[in-house]
Amino acid sequence: MSPPLIELEGITRTYGSGEALVRALDGVDLTVEKGEFVAIMGPSGSGKSTAMNIIGCLDRPSGGHYRFNGVEVATLDQDQRALLRRNYLGFVFQGYNLLPRTTAIENVELPLIYKGQRKAERLVRAREALQRVGLEGREHHTPSQLSGGQQQRVAIARALAGEPMVMLADEPTGNLDTKRSVEIMELMQKLNREAGLTIVMVTHEEDMAAYASRLVVFTDGKVVRDELMQERAS
Amino acid sequence: MLWETVRLALTAITRNALRSFLTVLGVVIGVAAVIAMVTVGQGSSEQVSANVESLGTSVLVLRPGAQMMGPGARDNAPSFKLADVEALQDLTSLSAVAPTVSSSETAVYGNSNRSTTITGTTSAYLEIGGWEIARGRSFSTAEDRSGANVCIIGETVRTALFGSTDPTGEKIRIKSISCEVIGLLVAKGAGSFGQDQDDLVIMPVRTVQRRLLGSQDVSSISMTVASGVSSERAISDIKTLMRDRRRIAIGEEDDFSVNDMKELASMLNSVNSVLTGLLSSVAAVSLLVGGIGIMNIMLVSVTERTREIGIRLSVGAQASQVLMQFLVEAVVLSLLGGVIGILAGLGLAYVAAQIMAIPFSPSLDVIALAFGFSAVVGMVFGYFPARAAARLDPIEALHYQ
Repeated sequence: MSPPLIELEGITRTYGSGEALVRALDGVDLTVEKGEFVAIMGPSGSGKSTAMNIIGCLDRPSGGHYRFNGVEVATLDQDQRALLRRNYLGFVFQGYNLLPRTTAIENVELPLIYKGQRKAERLVRAREALQRVGLEGREHHTPSQLSGGQQQRVAIARALAGEPMVMLADEPTGNLDTKRSVEIMELMQKLNREAGLTIVMVTHEEDMAAYASRLVVFTDGKVVRDELMQERAS
Repeated sequence: MLWETVRLALTAITRNALRSFLTVLGVVIGVAAVIAMVTVGQGSSEQVSANVESLGTSVLVLRPGAQMMGPGARDNAPSFKLADVEALQDLTSLSAVAPTVSSSETAVYGNSNRSTTITGTTSAYLEIGGWEIARGRSFSTAEDRSGANVCIIGETVRTALFGSTDPTGEKIRIKSISCEVIGLLVAKGAGSFGQDQDDLVIMPVRTVQRRLLGSQDVSSISMTVASGVSSERAISDIKTLMRDRRRIAIGEEDDFSVNDMKELASMLNSVNSVLTGLLSSVAAVSLLVGGIGIMNIMLVSVTERTREIGIRLSVGAQASQVLMQFLVEAVVLSLLGGVIGILAGLGLAYVAAQIMAIPFSPSLDVIALAFGFSAVVGMVFGYFPARAAARLDPIEALHYQ
C-alpha cells in the first residue's frame, strides 16, 4: 500500500520564547490521501494557515513529524524543500502573489523555468494551463490589467502548470466577491473531480468549504473536527 | 539554466525600467564625474610639466626693483642699460644673455593688421626661450648691434597678416617703421596660463629702443646658466656683479631681482597638483553621491524584491538560483552604467581639454577606480538584500512588509 500523500504527526509550531511564547500549532495530526479535497476551517489564529504553510514547506515545524509521500520533510535541507515544492506542490494564495508588471503567461511559466523546461515547451504548457482556468485571450495581460478573480485564475494556472500532486490554497476566495468566489470554487472542484488533483484549502467561509469532500476544523492550534462531507453539487 | 538565469535577470531589468534607469544613472554620474575631473586635472598638470621641460636649462630673469614688490614700486630702481648686458656676458657662469624691452603695437601688412607684443632683444633670446626658426633666419650680429629694421614673427602674427603664405622677405609696418620679415618662429602653442605664446614680433633691441620707445632702458634681462653650473651659483654671481655696478653699499637691499623661471614653473606645477587634488575630492564626492543613489534605489526596492523572491521560492526556485539572477541583474546594471559613465566622462574631459587647450590624458587607474567603486556599490546593494531575502523561509519573504 502506498503511503498517504500528506501525514502530519504531533506537529507543533511556536513563535517567540519564554513569556512571549506563542503556540500556533499544538500537536496536529492530519493525514491526507491522494485525490482528496480537504477544506480547513477555524477562527482567526487557530493555526490553519500555519499548518498550510508547513504542509507547503514554506515554513518549518518546531516539532513533530511531517511525511510527504512517505518522505520525512524535517530531514530535507533548504534546496531539497525547494525541489519538493517545484515538483509536487502548487500554491494559490489569498493575495494572488503574482509578479507585478509581468504578463499572465509569464507568471504561469515561472515554475516551469525552474523545472528547466525549454521556452517552446513552457509556452505550450502555460497556454494550456490558462485555458483550463478559462483565461484564453488574456495571456498578455499584466496583473494590473486583470480583475481579482482573473488574477486568482492566473495563480491557479501557475499552480497547475507544474503538474503538482497537491494544490495548496490559502483562502483563495478571501479577496473576491461571492460570484467570483463561486466560480473559483467550481473550478477547483472540477480540477479535483476530473483530474484527480489533491487539494488542501484553508477558508473561513462555510459556503466555500462546502465544495470540499472533507472538512477539518482547527481551534487553538489543534484539530478539533475532521469529517467527510456530502459534496456540494455544482 | 545559466542562460535562463541571465534571461530572467534581463527581463527583470526591462520590467523595472525606472529602477534600472536610476541605478544606472547613479553609476554613470559617479564614474563620469571622477573620470572627467581627474582627466582634466592631469591634463593641465601635464601641460605645466611639459612647459617646465621645454625651458630646458634654467632660465634666469633679471629685473629692476626688489623681489616681491607691489606694482609701481620699481619706479625707484634704475633700469638696466645695454652696458649691463655686456657686463653679464662676461660672466662664465652664464651661457647666454639677452636683453628684452617690449611694447604693444599694431603690425600692419596690406589690409591686415594685428595688435601684438613687440619684443626687442638679440638673437640670444631665441636660444634662451627655446625658440626655433621655421623659415628664414635669425638676426645677424650686425643687425643686433646696429638696430636694423628687421623682424622675426610668431605663427599667430603670420596667420593674421599673411594667412598661410611665406612671410619672409615681406615688409610689415609697425608705427613708423617699415621692417622686413626675416624669419618665422616654430609655433609653441598655449603657455602655462593659457596665453598665446606665438602672438609676438621680435626685433633687434636697439631698433625698439630707438624707434618705438625712445629710451635706452632695458626692462629685463634673460639668461641661461652655463652647463655644469648650479642656478644658485649663477644667481649669486649676477647679484655680486649688479650690486657692484649699481653701487649698492653692503647692508643695503638689492634694488633688482633675479628669478629662476624653472623654479617658478615648478611652483606653478605644485599649485596645479593642489588643484588636481581639489578636483579629485570633488570627484570623490560625486562618486559617493552616485553610490548613495544606487544604495537608495536598491534599498527602497527591497520590500518588492523580497516578495518577488518569496514568490519565486514558493514556485520551486532554489535560493542559489534566485541569488544568481539578482547578481546577474546587479552586474549587468553596473556594467551598463560603468560603460556609459566611462564614455561620458572621457567625452566631457575631451571637450574640456579642447576648450582649455590642455592635453587630453585619460588615466586607466582612475577609470578602473571609478568603475570599480560604482560596480561594487551596485553589486553589494543589489546582492546583499537579495541574499538576506533568499535565506528566509519562503513564507517570511512572502509576508515581508
